[in-house]
Amino acid sequence: MKIAFASGKGGTGKTTLSVNFALYLSRDHDVLLTDFDVEEPDSHLFIQGDLLKQIQCNTDIPQVDETLCNGCGKCREVCNFHAITQLGKHTMVFPQLCHSCYACIEFCPQGALKMVPEELGMLSEYDEGGLRFLEARLKIGKEMAVPLIRQASDYIDRHHADRLIIIDAPPGTSCPVVETMRYSDFVVLVTEPTPFGLHDLTLAVETVRLLDRPFGVVINKDDGKHNDVVKYCEDESIDILARIPHQRTIAELYSRGLTLYDKNPDFYRQITILKNNLKSRRVL
Amino acid sequence: MKEIVVISGKGGTGKTVVTSALAYSLGRDCVLADCDVDAADMHLIFQPQSQTEEDFYSGEEPEVDPERCVQCGLCVEKCRFHAITMDADSVRIDPFACEGCGLCSRVCPESAISMIPRYTGKSYQSAIRIGTTMVHARLLPGGENSGKLVAHTKKIARKLAEEQYKPYVLVDGSPGIGCPVISSLSGADYVLLVTESTQSAFHDLKRVYELVHKFRIPAGCVINKHDLNPGLTSEIETYLVEMQIPLLARIAYDENVLEAVRHGRTINEYDPGTYHEIIEQIKHEMKI
Repeated sequence: MKIAFASGKGGTGKTTLSVNFALYLSRDHDVLLTDFDVEEPDSHLFIQGDLLKQIQCNTDIPQVDETLCNGCGKCREVCNFHAITQLGKHTMVFPQLCHSCYACIEFCPQGALKMVPEELGMLSEYDEGGLRFLEARLKIGKEMAVPLIRQASDYIDRHHADRLIIIDAPPGTSCPVVETMRYSDFVVLVTEPTPFGLHDLTLAVETVRLLDRPFGVVINKDDGKHNDVVKYCEDESIDILARIPHQRTIAELYSRGLTLYDKNPDFYRQITILKNNLKSRRVL
Repeated sequence: MKEIVVISGKGGTGKTVVTSALAYSLGRDCVLADCDVDAADMHLIFQPQSQTEEDFYSGEEPEVDPERCVQCGLCVEKCRFHAITMDADSVRIDPFACEGCGLCSRVCPESAISMIPRYTGKSYQSAIRIGTTMVHARLLPGGENSGKLVAHTKKIARKLAEEQYKPYVLVDGSPGIGCPVISSLSGADYVLLVTESTQSAFHDLKRVYELVHKFRIPAGCVINKHDLNPGLTSEIETYLVEMQIPLLARIAYDENVLEAVRHGRTINEYDPGTYHEIIEQIKHEMKI
């Protein structure tokens, strides 16, 4: 079972929920926590585990063999991403734009192109008292999060298929989130009772419905006074799985990179409710 | 005309709150661009008074002609994104897996696959109450090419600013360091970094600044919720000094910020007593 913690808006509490829930569950489950927010991975700040393994992830980028290339321009013509250009007879590749689709390789009549690996990011696996943690971290300057998320997913399927997988998803509703949700069996959407939180929740709900994944909502920073999110969930028949109270002490613990489930009783109560709600829905 | 881009690395640090307050202060002097295209929220603060919209197409997607397809399976074999599946009587394309490379269309021996423009979102130009235009966009859920929509939004904003002799384009960016952020940095004159006093935000600030530094764009920083963790705020300030990033302002943790948003107001509009000076200070310290 793979459970992703996602949200349209950033900063609603995806990392807080996923890290604490994974640590909490790891007391009686075999859990792997993974951080798919590859652009800005923060889960590791809350995990003090031992590093077990590090693997460099690459993407394949075409390289031109100048001795074979006759400058015919076929590769440029078939590249839909404008990643190949020509100056006279000289062929140039812009790796940042390349999607590794292999069209250029397929159509080069001279066999002058070959794919070479280029570093995209890093997978790091940690162990913290039985909890496994896998971080995927995009190299700074790389544009594409999706291929790294795919490689992390493949790694999990190969090495940890038997574990309960808790995923810290990226923010937004575009391709990295879609890739994360597609990989998940259940999505927990984390929101907050603010106009931004509600608006971005509606976008996230559209996305998760489009992908046809079962989901529920956790309201974070719940002040009990502003009920727009609750009303929206009722109108849309969306289950509210837990409501984390709005407390400055929680924000302060988070600011210090500390876990909450073992320090704040209100938070502990709510993730227990979350667990029970997921159990009753047979997600756990 | 100068382009100011507001980014943070981490989401939820207060980019939109700071950008909208700066826009309120600049008023007619700026064109506002909301480039957080997959979670655009600026319109909640500046409820547009009138609006024009256009469809945005970016890249291509394959369309299979079932009359021509003979189910040879070559497209399935060649697709690197596992976006094509074949069953007894049809070939199916998964639009969420497809990246639009067109290889399937090019290799198909029956010419059964054609590439059509991909509809990825909407682009808007709205008149807002501060006497200027806001350019914003809405990426379809799960949309590809958010970077292209960012570039499109910025292009319109720059054109409007030039036509109307506005001195500034003010851009609210996306979280992260990937394609939409890189796209928002292209052509920027100044980067305003909004961070907050949390370990996560500090970590993300360092990553996003490394990216800004690669682009050699001058930057300044605002520390939001600075009183949440005073020790960490000092660490962030030391980092800013080391990196020679000017600290433009500190903003305290304040429930009133959310009240301003709930009322559809900028913070300096809702609570000028607290925020007028701070926002003017940011404007002044940016020195652009």
